[in-house]
Amino acid sequence: MPPKLRLKKLLDNTTAYTILTILVIFAAFPFYWMLITTFKTDGDLYNLHVVPFWFHAMPTLDHLDLLFNQTRFLRWFWNSMVIGVLVVAITLVTALPAGYALARLVGTRGETLGIGIFLTYLVPPTLLFLPLSRVVADLHLQDSLWSLVVVYPSFTIPFCTWLMMGFYKSIPRDSVEAALVDGCTVFGSFFKVVLPMSMSGILTVVIFAFTLAMQEFIYALTFISSESQKPITLGVATDLVRGDIYYWGSLMGAALIASVPFALLYNFFLDSFITGITGETR
Amino acid sequence: METTTTTTTAAAPPAKPSRFQYMLDNPGFLAPLFMAPAVVYIVLLVAFPTVLSVYYSLSAYNIYNLSFKFVGLKNYIDIFQDDVFLQTLGNTFIFTIAANVIGLALGKATALLLLRDFRGKVFVRFLIILPWAVPIALATLAWRWMFDSLYSVINWSLQHAHLIGPNTWPNWLGEEHLAMISVIIVHAWRLFPFGAVIFLAGLTSIPKDVMDACVVDGAGFWRKNFQIVIPMITPIIAIAGLFGIVFTFTDMSVVYLLTKGGPTNSTHVLGSLAFQVGILSGDVSHGAAISLVMFPFLLVASILLLRFLRRREV
Repeated sequence: MPPKLRLKKLLDNTTAYTILTILVIFAAFPFYWMLITTFKTDGDLYNLHVVPFWFHAMPTLDHLDLLFNQTRFLRWFWNSMVIGVLVVAITLVTALPAGYALARLVGTRGETLGIGIFLTYLVPPTLLFLPLSRVVADLHLQDSLWSLVVVYPSFTIPFCTWLMMGFYKSIPRDSVEAALVDGCTVFGSFFKVVLPMSMSGILTVVIFAFTLAMQEFIYALTFISSESQKPITLGVATDLVRGDIYYWGSLMGAALIASVPFALLYNFFLDSFITGITGETR
Repeated sequence: METTTTTTTAAAPPAKPSRFQYMLDNPGFLAPLFMAPAVVYIVLLVAFPTVLSVYYSLSAYNIYNLSFKFVGLKNYIDIFQDDVFLQTLGNTFIFTIAANVIGLALGKATALLLLRDFRGKVFVRFLIILPWAVPIALATLAWRWMFDSLYSVINWSLQHAHLIGPNTWPNWLGEEHLAMISVIIVHAWRLFPFGAVIFLAGLTSIPKDVMDACVVDGAGFWRKNFQIVIPMITPIIAIAGLFGIVFTFTDMSVVYLLTKGGPTNSTHVLGSLAFQVGILSGDVSHGAAISLVMFPFLLVASILLLRFLRRREV
């Protein structure tokens, strides 16, 4: 390579990786800051005369101690898990058959109907929380985590039905027809042939229904006020702030613990998510 | 006699399908059966509440007056005469547009950089996707801490880069315009990873020989971008862009946790104002009217989305 071209390439690379580094810092710095804050002593945390990006006193576990032993953090975590698992179950029971009907049983109208169901995903919690709080009260579920179990599928079902439609379409029709020739009913073939062949789709639905339920905040804020019933997002955001006092160390610890593991999980299934959201069937 | 002999040998040929079996084989019966649970759920928990919300917005219903007295458009006239509401409506648009423009621009830049091959790319992609993958309520708390009035790490860094003086620290969340900028930063921060993965998906879906051919034909940067790349990835970007817009437009958790709509109601968005009026103050009918102002815009977004999704099917 001639030296001039090599220099151009070097400059080009330097610019590119500098910009990328800035973008990575922008994206990830809040998480680094959560980590540092969690383990800093209060004295270190509120000392403006030293470089804040590193420790200047021995790291401490006090904030995590407060979080685990003096708040209901574990209870909130558990609540979120229970809500997540039940929402996933409801989503599977409703979205798996509905997606199949739309993909294969309804014919040409299926596409339109499917898009119709998908669009209900756009009706936001900020529009529905007022009437739903009335519905929740009428069901006698106010201030109970069960209200969230009932309400969350209203946004997981539209999305997951759409996602499954795409997966079902990629299953070759021949394999289903072979089962029908062998005397299987259409109903039976759904369970014996279609579902076993859609495992990767089902797994994606499980992950997304679960993370969507874990991340929700607005309905929880509207329906729940008792400490023992709160899911993790609500508990952390409301109970670690007393009046004007923010327990920053514990808050950041809680935020870190409750976000990074799910982000990892999400990361693995990102490609299926993109496929689902753009309606691209591969 | 005849019948008994057939039953004994009936094991070989399949028996005449029973009525039940016939139903299980009939798509006309199965399709509604398969769709019923999902449709019922959506009707009861999305469609019905939407209608109920419209009804609230046309009545005098609040927690002190439980009668559903019909008042026509009075609530809408009330809110459109309220300065806080008008500012809120403006904010919602400013936040949505600014955050999406910044988010898409940064997202595109990130996607182009991630097309390169380098070591540790998987890890870099994970770090970049973090803001989109974590619960926004918890991430907003971290920003609340980074924008803290006394201990802001952002201000510390700005001071030590000699961009601001030690006595002129901006109070990010306590001053109207700065608070608006803060909300936009958090939204853009959350959106740009989403933009990046969508652009990446779009760019990698362009066949390589198309790109090679246009380079061979001597297409420059602008020509390559505006005549090949952008037209080819427009549908996928439009779909993602509409999603980003709807998510920002209807969100309230960022504003609620960052500024609570303050200082003095200057950073409210439709969602957070509807929450404050409808839930915290108990004025359900006005709250419903405020949140329903979102509806026409959602409808437009849905129609556009429908078009792009349809176009993809062809």
